Amino acid sequence: MRILIKNGHVIDPKNRRDDKLDIYIENGLIVEIDKELDYSGGDIEVIDAEGKLVVPGLIDMHCHLREPGYEYKEDIESGTRSAAVGGFTSIACMPNTNPVIDNQAIVEYVKTKAKNVGVVNVYPIGAITKGLKGEELAEIGELKFAGVVAVSDDGKPVMNSSLMRRALQYANMFDTPVISHCEDLTLVGDGVMNEGYMSTYLGLKGITRAAEDVMVARDIVLSEVTGTPIHIAHVSTAGAVEIIRHAKARGVKVTCETCPHYFTLTDKAVEGYNTAAKMNPPLRTEEDVEAVKEGLKDGTIDVIATDHAPHHIDEKNVEFDKAANGIVGFETALALGITYLVDTGILTMSQLLQKMCVNPANILGLNKGSLGINRPADVIVIDKNEEYIVDINKFQSKSRNSPYHGYTLKGTVHYTIVGGKVIVRQKVLL
Amino acid sequence: MLGKRKDLLGLKDLSAEEIKYILNNAETMKYVLSQKNKKTPHLQGKSIITLFYENSTRTRLSFELAAKYMSASAANISASGSSVAKGETLIDTGKTIDMMGTDIIIIRHPMSGAPHLLAKNVKASVINAGDGMNEHPTQALLDMMTIKEKKGKIKGLKVAIIGDIAHSRVARSNIWGLTKLGAEVCVAGPATLIPPEIEKTGVKVFNSVQEALLDADVVMGLRIQLERQKRGLFPTTREYARFFGIDDKRLMFAKEDALLLHPGPVNRGVELSSDVIDGEKSLINEQVTNGVAVRMAVLYLFARKGGSNENIN
Repeated sequence: MRILIKNGHVIDPKNRRDDKLDIYIENGLIVEIDKELDYSGGDIEVIDAEGKLVVPGLIDMHCHLREPGYEYKEDIESGTRSAAVGGFTSIACMPNTNPVIDNQAIVEYVKTKAKNVGVVNVYPIGAITKGLKGEELAEIGELKFAGVVAVSDDGKPVMNSSLMRRALQYANMFDTPVISHCEDLTLVGDGVMNEGYMSTYLGLKGITRAAEDVMVARDIVLSEVTGTPIHIAHVSTAGAVEIIRHAKARGVKVTCETCPHYFTLTDKAVEGYNTAAKMNPPLRTEEDVEAVKEGLKDGTIDVIATDHAPHHIDEKNVEFDKAANGIVGFETALALGITYLVDTGILTMSQLLQKMCVNPANILGLNKGSLGINRPADVIVIDKNEEYIVDINKFQSKSRNSPYHGYTLKGTVHYTIVGGKVIVRQKVLL
Repeated sequence: MLGKRKDLLGLKDLSAEEIKYILNNAETMKYVLSQKNKKTPHLQGKSIITLFYENSTRTRLSFELAAKYMSASAANISASGSSVAKGETLIDTGKTIDMMGTDIIIIRHPMSGAPHLLAKNVKASVINAGDGMNEHPTQALLDMMTIKEKKGKIKGLKVAIIGDIAHSRVARSNIWGLTKLGAEVCVAGPATLIPPEIEKTGVKVFNSVQEALLDADVVMGLRIQLERQKRGLFPTTREYARFFGIDDKRLMFAKEDALLLHPGPVNRGVELSSDVIDGEKSLINEQVTNGVAVRMAVLYLFARKGGSNENIN
């Protein structure tokens, strides 16, 4: 199969390309990138990308595919299809499945299933502790050799500081990144939303921002003590951004991510007991949103991840306290980035791609996230200026939980090409 | 006046006029209550269900008697010993009750917002009888009725609410209602029991009870939940009583003709001393009577709005 993408505006931050170029793909690899390429023949698919951007496929380093164990919410097939329509060609899935990805067999299961039914590249993340219980280290070495790209107890912070220190020391031997979900559970208590005026207004139990800040500070100290890099997941508070900024300035090997909902929504979205806006960490205040944007702008925040967390409608259509946390993330992430960061002048398109392609690849050690010659052709074609209205009923995910239903966003994915195979053609998932 | 409003979910959403309208109706109902024969036909042919996910004696009894005095068919569902204990969702339980031709569902629930969820999913009118820490509108209405009865007005009065403001739905409903009707509301309690940014609701916050009580026209004590002590929100009930309990001496800071209210049941000697509970300022018993009157008014006004046999837009 040969593909020629013509007349597009190629942006490839890693290789410093930002120009009108053509891309020629053959046998799954990028063969040539240059001006006005001339390839022809009957078996060639020519994509006219006039007026559109041609960029590396997005990489999401934080998602939940729910398989094995929770296939009623999502499975590897539906999850990767959801990723593809969102422009993601590589995704790393968290281990809070059932059974947990804390042993070689489950890693193999996810990899095999992804190979058989997945439409994008899937990289499993293993657990830090057995069963995500925070009691004993999982077999991190074996997990690494089985193919995990990082370890994390995402959703469940490792509360025991001594265990976290050992996890950092141990994982470092295998060159395995540690991703930390930062929350001090004693400060979280039974809170269900951000603590502040909105929690007082709605009579819901609040979660202090200090719950995140304290744990971010602890993990940075532990990273410093052990000399091991740490990646902080889904940063949501002004305090955490500031703590990370200072740590980076000191030379601590800390990286971090945020998610689109933390730079687009505040806890006001919870009004009316809107369970679509229930997240963990919770949506914060305007001050936090501004701090997250500033952190993205000045480079404190390295990555935009989706935290794609599909849930069945019955898990959201309940009392707010009982509702599950999270949103369908893949299908709105890029447009939220374009609408709220690029269009507002906070980031350039190239900087957005740095955070959605290059940096996640670097942190996870993936040879992805750029348009390199003789590299697998993971390419997307997007119309940065095309507006559309988010309709949850059109999601490819099995789930519908999103607070953005009805939002008008800018940025549509016209083509998703994974390893030289067209998965999305003219906005239609094949 | 209540327009097409189907449900009474809280006072936060009501206008001052709507609150006054309910209070005026409650005065009429109090007259009915004072008669030897309390049976009226106001709710004849209407069915009312109390759906209580939390234990309650006085609120539930108050609603039940209000319904029965007005000739409604009333029945109860408790969370324990019902389909709820079998794991049925709130929406499914509500729809089942709805399909039996119910006009009003009175719900108490430990989680804030549960009545809002129910209201969106049933045709019956939903009356909030207390949801989590959010609201307890009929309690605040009966408090306001009691104040208005004794003071002749609410506007311009200074009301001090003392105790666990953070976890109190009674305090929240009173704050919304009283401030809408023009009262000045002060709150005081241990810092650990004051919710964040409560001053944005228009109240003044004090850590000292004396300061909050100074020149108050109305003093409202709140029940202290003893499990809060176990969770470390205050050290001991002894210390609470010493610094935040209302006794005769502290009450002297309020105006001489101040009224004392408490939603009950009272922890004697903790939030209120016995001499204050049984003293001449105390209106705790009258609050109970007004509770029935207010609930009669609410049921009467909202039974006309909801119900599976009526077309609600």
